[in-house]
Amino acid sequence: MLSKLAERLYWTARYIERVENTARLVSVYDNLLFDLPREIDISWYNLISLNSAEQLFEERYKVCDEHNVLKFLLADDTNPSSMLSALRALRENVRTSRDVLPQETWELVNELHIFAKENIQQGINRSNRHRFLEQMVKGCQQINGLIVGTMSRDAPWQFLCLGRNLERADMLTRLLDAGAAALLQTEEDTDLNVSQVVWGNVLRSSSADMSYRRTMRSAVLDRDVAAFLLDDPHFPRSLTYCLSQIRGAAELLPNGGDVLEHIDKSLARRYDLQAPDALGITFRDYLNQLQVELGELHNCFDQSWFSLNLRGNV
Amino acid sequence: MRMSIKWNKYDTKNLFDELIDAKGAPRPSAFRLIEHLQSLDDSELEARRQLAEVTIQEMGVSFTVYTEEGNIDRAWPFDIIPRTISAQHWSKIAAGLKQRLKALNLFIGDLYDQQRIIKDGVIPEHIISKSKNFRPECIGIKPAYGVWAHICGTDLVRDVDGEFYVLEDNLRVPSGVAYMLENRAITKRVLPELFEKKDIKAVDDYPDRLFDTLVSLSPRKIKRPEIVVLTPGIFNSAYFEHAYLAQQMGTELVEGSDLLVAEDDCVYMRTIAGLERVDVIYRRIDDLFLDPDVFIKDSVLGVPGLMRAWRAGNVSLANAPGAGVADDKVVYAYVPDIIRYYLKEEPLLANVKTYLCEDPQQRQYVLDHLDELVVKPANESGGYGMLIGPHSTKKEQAQFAALIKADPRNYIAQPTLSLSTAPTLVGKGCLEPRHLDLRPFILQAKKSYVTTGGLTRVAMKKGSLIVNSSQGGGSKDTWIVDGEER
Repeated sequence: MLSKLAERLYWTARYIERVENTARLVSVYDNLLFDLPREIDISWYNLISLNSAEQLFEERYKVCDEHNVLKFLLADDTNPSSMLSALRALRENVRTSRDVLPQETWELVNELHIFAKENIQQGINRSNRHRFLEQMVKGCQQINGLIVGTMSRDAPWQFLCLGRNLERADMLTRLLDAGAAALLQTEEDTDLNVSQVVWGNVLRSSSADMSYRRTMRSAVLDRDVAAFLLDDPHFPRSLTYCLSQIRGAAELLPNGGDVLEHIDKSLARRYDLQAPDALGITFRDYLNQLQVELGELHNCFDQSWFSLNLRGNV
Repeated sequence: MRMSIKWNKYDTKNLFDELIDAKGAPRPSAFRLIEHLQSLDDSELEARRQLAEVTIQEMGVSFTVYTEEGNIDRAWPFDIIPRTISAQHWSKIAAGLKQRLKALNLFIGDLYDQQRIIKDGVIPEHIISKSKNFRPECIGIKPAYGVWAHICGTDLVRDVDGEFYVLEDNLRVPSGVAYMLENRAITKRVLPELFEKKDIKAVDDYPDRLFDTLVSLSPRKIKRPEIVVLTPGIFNSAYFEHAYLAQQMGTELVEGSDLLVAEDDCVYMRTIAGLERVDVIYRRIDDLFLDPDVFIKDSVLGVPGLMRAWRAGNVSLANAPGAGVADDKVVYAYVPDIIRYYLKEEPLLANVKTYLCEDPQQRQYVLDHLDELVVKPANESGGYGMLIGPHSTKKEQAQFAALIKADPRNYIAQPTLSLSTAPTLVGKGCLEPRHLDLRPFILQAKKSYVTTGGLTRVAMKKGSLIVNSSQGGGSKDTWIVDGEER
């Protein structure tokens, strides 16, 4: 299989996830902000920090209000991680890998792209936002469903698997970090269990609330949520699950040795969630380190499979 | 059922119509088609047209148009009324096409070898030495089976007399075959009733035949040689076709940057498992962009060292570099002589009468009749840089007169043919004759093969003779129909 094609499939999967995650994140935030009392300092701008896009945002907008944040996250084509930018990149990748993807993939991506472009204003304005974002999430799920249902589990599939799981793992660390940050920002509140609202929000952002309740059999408790999202071996968006999927794919692909080694060495460290103040500043440090390691893992993919031109020799 | 199409109003205007004869009756090959069309009323016909449009969008059949605002991916323009030819007639044309390509390949091989045809005085030497597409780099090379042009797209037109004439041969990187296949796929959905009788010959074996042709060229005689389709990339107007053919053949679609030539003079592609040797490249990149070491130095589309690998016999290129020398419209004028010279046979397919401007007498004739003739530069394709005499202004004629005098070798002229027509849907329930041509595709390696029919291109504008899709042309499905002689 061509290196370039492998890379395009990898990014195809990452962009599907990115579009879906962005749509869901905005949707969940929309709900969350209704639940929080005015004096609590959680705003739309948190979504900018969560995506590490402060600088990019400030270069473009003066006011950090709802309208600008949503425009930046969903529609702005000068923001390479906006939902529309990701969708456009997804479309270009699918367009140039049509020979290995199920035939209808191109059609579905094309349709979703047209739908998003035509209705993007609904995501920015309030009245139809929920419905629009729901449609976007469904569109992505449809594409993933098609791929899962019809693709052979050969090399192209493994590259989609790498992309999907790395993007999910990366998003997960960001969601957890945002949760931890939100709580560090807010003072103890007597009327409302802010912690419960915030961590419930983290769960919903990962589509994990149902699975969490069934698996943990507990109410939303900060440590349990973190433990579930980091360590649950069965939930498809937990860190442990994503890494095991990446590991499995790398085992089946040629030249996977470096990737396996990186996962086993650098990503195997467990964080002790039982320690006192486990969800404080050290947790954020741990998550930041995790993001760095995931970035390294991407570089590892690149060197193992995509950038053979740098080596070039027989 | 209400008869919708008013054939008595369908006026073929003394032209040759593919479906309807001069008396207004359907030709035998079109009989069932016309009968079926009669049974559809206006709104049903319109529904079928819309179905075709939706199908094209869904299947993502597109081509790229270059504009100042960037490249636009346009839906493939398609007319639902097929064009029919009887199978018996077609088999004669197919034989003529095979004969023609066989002779052209012998000719190309001769030019890069002994040049006997020039020494024997059949063709003047300067016609070759001044050709834009003659590649001295290819002299002395002996490709497999002596074949240089493995894939040829020959444009045929039908004149008032109902005879097919060869308008030009495309021996470099002819395109359109994917559209031929897609047109059939669309028509099967739009007019399914007509395929029940099984008298319309299938076209879909082309990708297999192309694959077999390419496999037979492999320098390594191994069970599964590595075949790739080399595309200039997504911005090329025929990218859709490159991807389509790669997919249909189950081969890799590569760009220049996916390939490299190593020190052993073999071509490799970069894969996830390391470098893999490539045996045959179906290249859809023009000669001059193939190898920056030999041709255009700053080409990023090609592969440095590719010519070296080809000359060493470690990789096959289809078509071979230099094959375009026979694409020249001046060489075209000599093809009947070329057939007689190499094959000792009379040509089965006629050329269109062609005036060579380099010949003083013929040039004078051309200059005196610019308002009647079509003038073409020797080495352009896509219908660019032409003068269509009867549709031209005095000013344009004067411009061409100057061009011809400045570089007579570069121009030929032909009588303006009254291209044949076929009924084409131009509005709700409204069929009018539109001019068309036909591009069959011919394969040659160990064996020869001709597509069943080809790509019919149609000028959608009333009276227009320009069928190129880049200039507003459309296309039709082409049916080779078993049954009665025409």
